[in-house]
Amino acid sequence: MTSIPDAKAPAGEVVLEAIGLTKHFPVRRRLRDLFSKRHDAVHAVDDVNLTLRRGQVVALVGESGSGKSTVARLLAQLYPRTGGDIRLHGESTKVTSGAAFRRYCAQVQMIFQDPFASLNPVHTIRYHLSRSLQIHGNAGDDLEGALHELLERVSLTPPERYLDKFPHELSGGQRQRVAIARALGAQPEALLADEPVSMLDVSIRLGVLNLLRDLKERLNLAILYITHDIASARYFADRTMVMYAGRMVEGGDSETVTQSPAHPYTRLLIESAPDPDRLAGLSEAAGEDRGNGEPPSLINPPSGCRFHPRCPAAMPRCSADLPVPLEIGDAPGHWAACWLYDTSENNRSQNDKSSDDKSEVAR
Amino acid sequence: MSEPVLEIRNLNVAYGLGDQAVRAVRDVNLTLHRGEVLGLAGESGSGKSTLAYGLTRLLPPPGVITGGEVIYHPDGGEAYDVLALSDAALRRFRWNETAIVFQGAMNSLNPVHKISTQLTDVLKAHDPRMSEHSRNARAREMLKLVGISPDRMDAYPHQLSGGMRQRVMIGMALILQPQVVIMDEPTTALDVVMQRQILGQLIELRERLGFSVIFITHDLSLLVEFSNRIAIMYGGRIVEEAPAAAIYRDALHPYSAGLLGSFPALRGPRRELTGIPGSPPDLKGMPTGCSFHPRCPKAFDPCAGNIPVLGRPGTPDGATRSVACWLHPTAQPVGR
Repeated sequence: MTSIPDAKAPAGEVVLEAIGLTKHFPVRRRLRDLFSKRHDAVHAVDDVNLTLRRGQVVALVGESGSGKSTVARLLAQLYPRTGGDIRLHGESTKVTSGAAFRRYCAQVQMIFQDPFASLNPVHTIRYHLSRSLQIHGNAGDDLEGALHELLERVSLTPPERYLDKFPHELSGGQRQRVAIARALGAQPEALLADEPVSMLDVSIRLGVLNLLRDLKERLNLAILYITHDIASARYFADRTMVMYAGRMVEGGDSETVTQSPAHPYTRLLIESAPDPDRLAGLSEAAGEDRGNGEPPSLINPPSGCRFHPRCPAAMPRCSADLPVPLEIGDAPGHWAACWLYDTSENNRSQNDKSSDDKSEVAR
Repeated sequence: MSEPVLEIRNLNVAYGLGDQAVRAVRDVNLTLHRGEVLGLAGESGSGKSTLAYGLTRLLPPPGVITGGEVIYHPDGGEAYDVLALSDAALRRFRWNETAIVFQGAMNSLNPVHKISTQLTDVLKAHDPRMSEHSRNARAREMLKLVGISPDRMDAYPHQLSGGMRQRVMIGMALILQPQVVIMDEPTTALDVVMQRQILGQLIELRERLGFSVIFITHDLSLLVEFSNRIAIMYGGRIVEEAPAAAIYRDALHPYSAGLLGSFPALRGPRRELTGIPGSPPDLKGMPTGCSFHPRCPKAFDPCAGNIPVLGRPGTPDGATRSVACWLHPTAQPVGR
């Protein structure tokens, strides 16, 4: 029986990197714009930097419209990027179709949010998994054995019970396990999981997350976990990155980012998440958001820091200069793109200049 | 505890009739008190949405109420059974006494009408004496109440964001100042930040206008923070009902404990969690006895054979709560 080997590569090795990744979607032009030079675009993703290492889970947290799903699809190369670079094992890669794309898919697989929509309703589980094995050349001599092993890896046992079923005969959690098995059939090194448990019942979410964690450890996979639930990011991921309006605003190890959030947006997210320990009532936590509670338009994003219209700590500098990632200093690798953490010379001389201006006016 | 405003007694709802009927709500006994927020938690197939639509008589076919009564206590009037109302009386009951905010606000508003039209439509239908001027004034007032600038009156639903549409729905539900507001997963499709804002607004409105809320959701951690009492449903039955703090600190039913343990904590120590093995039951093929026993870590002899009775447990705070579990056999069943 052909067995799918456990990976032997060292843990921590960099598998997939995004460097300055950018995606702008052109906006359909109206008739009267045809003769103008206006080319509006939705700035869905701007300057995203991510590193996925073997045996590590990186969470990308953000709300709807933040661009996180677009980042996943860009990393899976499901559509072309507008700018920046994607590197697989250190080598820049750009594939669109055909054999090159298939070779890329053999190493980078995706798991989607809706377990029903991602499985073909007219085909059995056997068909789904066989295709995955055969397309990537992992079927070997014993296809049946390989299928059994795939199902055993995702704890759908006994395998015979599931192979000839159709997707609608399985529960949501089981379907998502089949989707994971299908991804594993390609023997990938990186898994991009786009909100894999959001559409599952609460009591089975942990089962699927624990499965992903076991697979990560046994197969030394690099996992990108995209979610809007920051509590599950703390539970499941090693590192957490926070996105807002298409840009990364904070990053660091999960415990630090969730327990000592630095960026005002991360603080707002943490404060807003339901907390049963705060039995006193909701009204206490509200009021941190100066805006109307909604992210900005991505066609005309705010100048400088995109969060400044809503930020309770906004300074004049924030609407003028786009913040760069700055070290926080409380834990290694903890950074935030926020001028509050700028302790450089530059900042001091800026302050001097502004106080000079003030004294000019006062005179 | 204040007096009851809505009493559900032995309610049974099924889809279809005869042998093929799927019993979605089984023998539900529940009381909503004046001014309280009652959370209704459960997963797929628990029957929580069917319960909400059943008690407002909004069941889509082939839904049928096969038994029970829903006693409504109007403010300063005689109590009556909602399920026995005539069509004309039901029309007067709807929106005036009880309003419902549906799941997925995106789809609940008519896309071809402005929101002003939809708000005034409610007033036209249920209070024909109002003049056009006063209808518009009232609609404006409601928009302000839910935090939307009245100059958006002439907007179409697609011109508003998801959060704003949900707030319009809440405004529409409150426009005739009902006693009872039922909300079915009102914030599930929204972001955490928007969710907190909307719920904060709702609490403020409740304090001002004094209505009671039945809040239906799968997000138990939200209910613990937001509701006064919580009822947990599983397989069409209520398995536990208690004050929110009691459920959080000391859940009696293994399903409640399992459900609470399925939410990773954002604060406090990081613990290993497992959720609940297995999946919610198929209503067409329910297990015998207690429908939770195949997944229950504490199942023992009586569980597979006999359905546990919902009643007051023998614990010190037993008078304020009820549970349906053989671990806590009761001498005081609820409802019968």
